[in-house]
Amino acid sequence: MIELDNLAYSYGGGELLSEISLRLAPGSFHFLTGPSGAGKTTFLKLCYGALIPTAGRAMLFGQDVRELGRDDVALLRRRIGVVHQDCQFLDHLPLAENIALPLMVSGRDVAAEAQNLDDLIAWCGLSHRRNALPPELSGGERQRAALARAVIMSPEVILADEPTGNVDWEMSQRLLQLLVELNRMGKTVMIATHDLSLIRAAKSQVQTRVLRIANRRLQLAGADL
Amino acid sequence: MRAVLVILADLLRGDTQADRVVPPTGFTARLTLFAAAAMTFLAVFALALSLATGRLAHNWSTELARSATLRISTSQDQVAAQTAAALQVLQTTEGVASARALSEAEQQALLEPWFGPDVPIADLPVPQLIEIIETRKGYDAEGLRLRLAAEVPGAVLDDHTRWRRPLVRAASRIRAMGLLSLGLIGGIMAAMITLAAHSALAANAQVIAVLRLVGARDDFIARAFVRRFTLRAISGAILGLALGLGGILLLPSAQPEGGFLTGLGFQGWGWIWPFLLPLLAGAVAFWATRRAARRILRGLA
Ligand SMILES: Nc1ncnc2c1ncn2[C@@H]1O[C@H](COP(=O)(O)OP(=O)(O)O)[C@@H](O)[C@H]1O
Ligand SMILES: [Mg+2]
Repeated sequence: MIELDNLAYSYGGGELLSEISLRLAPGSFHFLTGPSGAGKTTFLKLCYGALIPTAGRAMLFGQDVRELGRDDVALLRRRIGVVHQDCQFLDHLPLAENIALPLMVSGRDVAAEAQNLDDLIAWCGLSHRRNALPPELSGGERQRAALARAVIMSPEVILADEPTGNVDWEMSQRLLQLLVELNRMGKTVMIATHDLSLIRAAKSQVQTRVLRIANRRLQLAGADL
Repeated sequence: MRAVLVILADLLRGDTQADRVVPPTGFTARLTLFAAAAMTFLAVFALALSLATGRLAHNWSTELARSATLRISTSQDQVAAQTAAALQVLQTTEGVASARALSEAEQQALLEPWFGPDVPIADLPVPQLIEIIETRKGYDAEGLRLRLAAEVPGAVLDDHTRWRRPLVRAASRIRAMGLLSLGLIGGIMAAMITLAAHSALAANAQVIAVLRLVGARDDFIARAFVRRFTLRAISGAILGLALGLGGILLLPSAQPEGGFLTGLGFQGWGWIWPFLLPLLAGAVAFWATRRAARRILRGLA
């Protein structure tokens, strides 16, 4: 579903990422680690078509990202749920409507999915905040809301950029639980994180592969974790 | 026109839920409302002016053009003979449908405003007037003048075209300027709404970014803005229309001797035109906002 072939990316200076090849198989669970500034966020953006590789090829669902029009990109984003590192919301709409936003913009009947929405909000522990406006939320609540919004469309692939960066241990376990659950339902999951304890916790529940960005290359991390 | 109506119906039915994705922006909303109201108000008057002058030019060039007056001024004893001779000439002139000498009573009625009712016109050396009604094709005024000069020396033909032509020309010019004003008003409204839309899109850059991230297509985003601006423009135009028509209705009603100024208004089918203005304003807003939104969205990452 996501295929990167000898890809490289540079923001204009030297190459940030080089010679990256990866096939993300359906149903797989990946972690992406690396020091801050290594290019994890950049790598994820290449995986959901927000950035175009400066060399090599990125194929998303069989389409070359270079050939995607703006509408194609929009449709792609309905199939790939993304939890952004700096989660942004529509500040004038209450939380529940923000989580339902992907349904709304894709023309789905939001009322018909009210039950799903409620379940999801409850799952993320946000029921008591559903009418709050995003600026009133704590960092952890925003991240949970971002995850809920990323999965509301039941996407085939979920890419999460530091989804547990702002939450306490208990809540990070809960978020992980949700992602593992989605993976068991057949979704492909990739989580960028530098939280090694999160990776260890996941390893006991699901078969994962850990990718590490080091020296601009993508490496498969060994059993040293 | 049909296409516009379909679009408007679609807009009005609307997707109120989708509309909420764009936060209400006070400033651009008020600007659009005001621009549409003011421009429609002006358009009502420009329209009234164009229709009234159009009517006037039409009347002058049909009714008046079809009649002329022959004046016989000669010594009292010659009047009867020359009148008969003139009528004789007129009856054999091609393009004259009928010719008739005005009776003493009719002449008195015509002169009354100047002399008062008690002046005995019969005793004054008042010229005899002959009313000429032309056929649709009209007659050759110069030819007629030559024949009259030979046969009826006291006759003076006043065929009205002398003063009518410049008036008809002026009326047509005023009408053209009225229509030009309508065009300019529409253009200015489009420009102002484009500016307001640009400003709204710029102010909502973050909203647009979030919508794009969650998979909204440009069309969806553009529609949310377009719907809003179109509805605002229509509401503003309805307001401007009400004020404009109020102003027109408050003008003194048309008097025959008031001529042009008091005739400034709508008559008969002409009443349809002002009510099309809100639809037109909506169409202008729709077009202007959609163009602005598409251009800006295409330029975004
Ligand atoms: N839009 C950008 N323009 C230029 N440089 C950027 C941009 N975004 C990120 N970078 C640079 O690329 C490097 C990697 O960034 P990022 O992918 O966010 O790393 P990570 O997510 O691993 O912390 C950083 O040095 C950052 O400064
Ligand atoms: Mg990052």
